[in-house]
Amino acid sequence: MEKWYWMAVVVLMGLTVRWTVSLHSYSGAGKPPLFGDYEAQRHWQEVTFNLPVRQWYFNSSDNNLQYWGLDYPPLTAYHSLLCAYVAEHINPAWVALHTSRGHESPAHKLFMRATVFIADLMIYIPAVVLYCCCLKEISTKKKAASALCILLYPGLILIDHGHFQHTYNSVSLGLALWGVLGVSCDWDLLGSMAFCLALNYKQMELYHSVPFFCFLLGKCFQKGLRGKGLGLLVQLACTVAASFTLCWLPFLTEREQSLQVLRRLFPVDRGLFEDKVANVWCSFSVFVKMKDLLPRDTQILISFCVTFLSLLPTCIKLTLRPSPRGFRFTLVSCALSFFLFSFQVHEKSILLVALPVCLVLHEIPFMSAWFLLVSTFSLLPLLLRDGLLLPSAATVAAFCTACGAFFPAWGAASEEALQLGAFVAAARKRKFLPRWSLPFLPRVVRCLFLASVTIMVLLTLMTVTLDPPRKLPDLFSVLVCFVSCLNFLFFLVYFNIIIMWDSKNGRNRKKIN
Amino acid sequence: MAALGTVKGSGSWFSSLALGVTLLKCLLIPTYHSTDFEVHRNWLAITHSLPLSQWYYEATSEWTLDYPPFFAWFEYVLSHVAKYFDQEMLNVHNLNYFNSRTLLFQRFSVIFTDVLFVYAVHECCKCVDGRKASKELTEKPKFILSVLLLWNFGLLIVDHIHFQYNGFLSGLMLLSIARLFQKRHMEGAFFFAVLLHFKHIYVYVAPAYGIYLLRSYCFTASKPDGSVRWNSFSFIRLISLGLIVFLVSALSLGPFLALNQLPQVFSRLFPFKRGLCHAYWAPNFWALYNAVDKVLSIIGPRGFLRCLILCALSSFMFGWHVHEKAILLAILPMSLLSVEKAGDASIFLILTTTGHYSLFPLLFTTPELPIKILLMLLFTIYSISSLMMLFRKEKPLFNWMETFYLLGLAPLEVCCEFVFPFTSWRLKYPFIPLLMTSVYCAVGVTYAWFRLYVSMLTGPPVGKTKKQ
Repeated sequence: MEKWYWMAVVVLMGLTVRWTVSLHSYSGAGKPPLFGDYEAQRHWQEVTFNLPVRQWYFNSSDNNLQYWGLDYPPLTAYHSLLCAYVAEHINPAWVALHTSRGHESPAHKLFMRATVFIADLMIYIPAVVLYCCCLKEISTKKKAASALCILLYPGLILIDHGHFQHTYNSVSLGLALWGVLGVSCDWDLLGSMAFCLALNYKQMELYHSVPFFCFLLGKCFQKGLRGKGLGLLVQLACTVAASFTLCWLPFLTEREQSLQVLRRLFPVDRGLFEDKVANVWCSFSVFVKMKDLLPRDTQILISFCVTFLSLLPTCIKLTLRPSPRGFRFTLVSCALSFFLFSFQVHEKSILLVALPVCLVLHEIPFMSAWFLLVSTFSLLPLLLRDGLLLPSAATVAAFCTACGAFFPAWGAASEEALQLGAFVAAARKRKFLPRWSLPFLPRVVRCLFLASVTIMVLLTLMTVTLDPPRKLPDLFSVLVCFVSCLNFLFFLVYFNIIIMWDSKNGRNRKKIN
Repeated sequence: MAALGTVKGSGSWFSSLALGVTLLKCLLIPTYHSTDFEVHRNWLAITHSLPLSQWYYEATSEWTLDYPPFFAWFEYVLSHVAKYFDQEMLNVHNLNYFNSRTLLFQRFSVIFTDVLFVYAVHECCKCVDGRKASKELTEKPKFILSVLLLWNFGLLIVDHIHFQYNGFLSGLMLLSIARLFQKRHMEGAFFFAVLLHFKHIYVYVAPAYGIYLLRSYCFTASKPDGSVRWNSFSFIRLISLGLIVFLVSALSLGPFLALNQLPQVFSRLFPFKRGLCHAYWAPNFWALYNAVDKVLSIIGPRGFLRCLILCALSSFMFGWHVHEKAILLAILPMSLLSVEKAGDASIFLILTTTGHYSLFPLLFTTPELPIKILLMLLFTIYSISSLMMLFRKEKPLFNWMETFYLLGLAPLEVCCEFVFPFTSWRLKYPFIPLLMTSVYCAVGVTYAWFRLYVSMLTGPPVGKTKKQ
């Protein structure tokens, strides 16, 4: 009885914060001719409702791909179609072909916000609640506390309910979370199906695909490739194939259809990065203009290689020693590798890294909370452009209050809580770090935290109050990206250390959590 | 293994709760606001741009100053901060002046003045009996009381959405109650006198104060069986109380007395043409009668509190066109009683749930619909579950009839807000949802009043067995 009422309170709190944030401004509000992501979603509803499926991804007189053309997989399109049916029922002017372009009204805003809210309520929030309920070896109140902190993560709330991204992150992340749940609880087929749906909703879920693949492969190996393992492998392959076929069914009739969709999903000719993003390549370009120096194909090749090299160690370890705990951490490190080194990364893709970090919040609260704050900070230029300063400040403060209340701060920055125990022991044995430095590691981490937070606060204040110098109009955005990138690189190293020197999921422990 | 900050120390949970609700209030800034927003903007303008002699005569706007002088001074102080946000809002002729800076200033002024309410809640928590407390933080009466007061649904939606300044006024009232609990009677009387000159609606509960102070402070001792010892009357104490009330009133009404404007001030405060005279004095008398009936056995601050709540509820009940927001006058003090006795918890839950539901018609706009439903559910679920948990060792809080009644609020809400607007009756009989809400809630509030009255008549004389 106790558990359900705490969870109910937590869910209601999360929902309240989401709806109050959605009362604020959205992207591109009142900014013709292109408006913003909000208009993109409205336009997709218009296109999917009025045009036949065959024309959705093609350029035509009715469907101008330059004006927010559909560039996400079919499931997004089906979702937009569903929303369009409801919209048409309420007010046909909202999705009328051509004439509804740039339509803005309070009633329409309410409708759009409601679609995000309902999607969140039906997919993401149940997944979070179920995930926290399934956590082992912690008390009911701590489960509720974890759920609250995850639901209060500012980044997702501000992007989905504030900025209004045209693809609902809560749907793709929620489906991915269902996948994680299924696979961790040994419901491999359901989990992989959920993840395939996530992938077919948003192609950026590929960031999470490698750990899923390695974990499931590792499970098959564990069961023995001669017997059950092979059976599982075949079943998984069939499930994946079936899910993809089901989603792409209308587009599999002609080869040209599928190719066009793929071309829209992976715009290879757009280049290494667009706009300012807390990516290694973007930060690098401050010193060395890589985009101009190297030809496009080389850029893609380099980014490909670096990405895969950086995630190789953790994925190999996951394949050889699959465990739900290792899986969660590998999700973090892989997603972070992709974010930092991949091509055409958008700043909002940091949410794909933030979700796995939320999942390990209860294990390393200090570092996870720090990461989540940095991830929200990296979105600052975007949020300021949309006039979301007040909700950002309020939600970040609420998140800090919640984490501070439930996970005592400095106590969580000890060597044991940071889970550096195994690493320190190995460093002591193998002597790759000077002996005298080892006890100072937690203190170093704490100092870095203080420095990071100070710089973030200062940069925020500067961006909000000052105007950038005329010669460098993007100064503050670039600084934000640069600082965030440095923080992310540090986290990449930290999470890789945790995974590689993790002894908890080895043969020593009988229980797998 | 307690999840909530035992490591960081005892005060931190209170700060987290207070900070959390403050952040929620910040998020509510862009929500719908009622005409009260313009009322207060107008009062800022009046007090800032006009001399004192004009304050109660100014009638450019229909929202004339009809609160006592202390509130006018409060608006005056606020106006000096307002001029840094937007000078134009302080112009008396800028009727319905509105922009984002004005909104920010007004909303932040409510949020900021709530700090008095937070302090008052902190003081009230000290007065709550913690004998039965378990080691688990969330099951302590202090914790539950803090949440019930700080996160009170009614205060949140009336103050931070509809727009009013009930937060700091309720804070003053709770502070005076806390002082009386702490046996600092002079301070309690002082705070209440000040409160009266901020908002005169609190005069409804003045009889409770008067009788309690007379009984427990002026009569310095009582006989062993609890009744009054007539020869222990202390004139000095009576005079000092009178002096406090007199000095406060002099500070408030003095300037207007000097300007010969008292009749005008009173005509603004008690607008006879509104027909308030009848309903204003009748519940007062009735409440007085209720209280006097039991005057000799009201012992101890808890008896006083019960009497205060009865006065407030009676005034709400019998002055029927008293605004529904007045239910907060009864709900907030009742929270203090609810964490100590199971019977009071039961009455509190019925009163609170129906009282809060009766506030729903205040927010009739669609964007605010999810907010009011979510916050109502949040508060109701928390209050019922936590009080049931606190009193789980005693008999259940509700019988089947009460449970049924409370559950009936859900279908009522669905009918009024979701079904009715799509029926044909919407045009012919638009008042039906309001009528249904009022009638349904009236049943609950009357029932709570009745049970409270009965508990006061039949309960043992409080105060003798309880130690503060």
